[in-house]
Amino acid sequence: MKSPLAIVGLIFVVLGMLATAAGHWIGLFVAPPEAMMGDVGRILYVHVPTAWAALIFFMVAFVAAIGSLWSGWRGFDAATTGAVEVGTVLTFLLLIQGSIWARPTWNTWWTWDPRLTTSAVLAAAFGVVLLMRRLIDQPAKRQMATAVATIIAFVDVPVVYFSVKWWASLHQQASTRASMDSVMGLPLGVAALGMLVMGTGLMLLRTKVELVRLAHEADAPELPPTAAPLRLDDPAGGDPTLDEAT
Amino acid sequence: MSSATQRRVFLVAALLVAAVALGVISMGGIGENLVYFWTPAQVHENASKAVGATIRMGGVVQADSVDWQPDTQALTFTVGESAVDTATPITVHAQSAPPQMFREGIGVVVEGTMTDAGTFRADKVMVKHSNEYRAPTDGMAPADLYATVEEL
Repeated sequence: MKSPLAIVGLIFVVLGMLATAAGHWIGLFVAPPEAMMGDVGRILYVHVPTAWAALIFFMVAFVAAIGSLWSGWRGFDAATTGAVEVGTVLTFLLLIQGSIWARPTWNTWWTWDPRLTTSAVLAAAFGVVLLMRRLIDQPAKRQMATAVATIIAFVDVPVVYFSVKWWASLHQQASTRASMDSVMGLPLGVAALGMLVMGTGLMLLRTKVELVRLAHEADAPELPPTAAPLRLDDPAGGDPTLDEAT
Repeated sequence: MSSATQRRVFLVAALLVAAVALGVISMGGIGENLVYFWTPAQVHENASKAVGATIRMGGVVQADSVDWQPDTQALTFTVGESAVDTATPITVHAQSAPPQMFREGIGVVVEGTMTDAGTFRADKVMVKHSNEYRAPTDGMAPADLYATVEEL
């Protein structure tokens, strides 16, 4: 493998996995159970890093999308895709983890709380960005559509972040250094760093894959022009070649 | 229009749309239409709308107000604006076992409706957890903590 992007990506994934494992080892075996939630509270060490990382990757996607529209460079298009994809996967994981945490603590799998609702919108919005990207064949058009949709979908990122401040909610406020004992802050910090590094590695690898795809696409020979659309009012069945012959 | 110009027009347009959308969401009156729960005082204010309609009420379980009858599954407690609310507390009746973390002084969100009697009939009792994560203090036996988990 000669691509520096792929090599750095792989290294990041491995380092990130090691840090994640270390963080969870501390979180599961060294840190005490939480005073009110007991062992259930340990899901904090995966849920909060997932949330932070998802929002950060969407921020990366937003910046890449601006670069993509400004410069038209294919690299920004690939990076936007990589960041959106990692962020979307993390957001779906976030919803699942949150649901698992909510059942024993809040007494419900799901409720239309502002934080939960805006997070579900986030997953849907960026899911649509990825879907739309697959449906557009023309590279320049696809690059523009991806970037514009990413910028629009990004609006929900600050809304998710501030949802617990703007509206009355069941979800707790953002965790801070002051809101947790340092014995719990350590595993959280290590796990968050791991998640971020691992996510960055995956984003780089995905960006590389997309770059290769886009390059192949650009090198591919032009397709022959498409046939004329079928004409339903034509008794002959609308075969365009027959049509032209007459 | 050259493709570079077109891209940059789209960029400016997308950023404008995003900024306006964010402005409307954060500063506009959307907050008033997107109410997840009413506090007991707001339920009193909207008493006419609260009866019969499915609403959520959020508040704090008042001290010495919890009554749980295991034989009839009847759970009764009082919810106030704050830990000690003498002005607007509302009595809640639910037909379900209290959730694991349910206790006096904790934040709850109840889903149900106000009755003509001025009490809240809850179909669902949800418990709020703060963003405080603390190690157990000396007085708390770890065994008790594990016990709370095993019953889940």
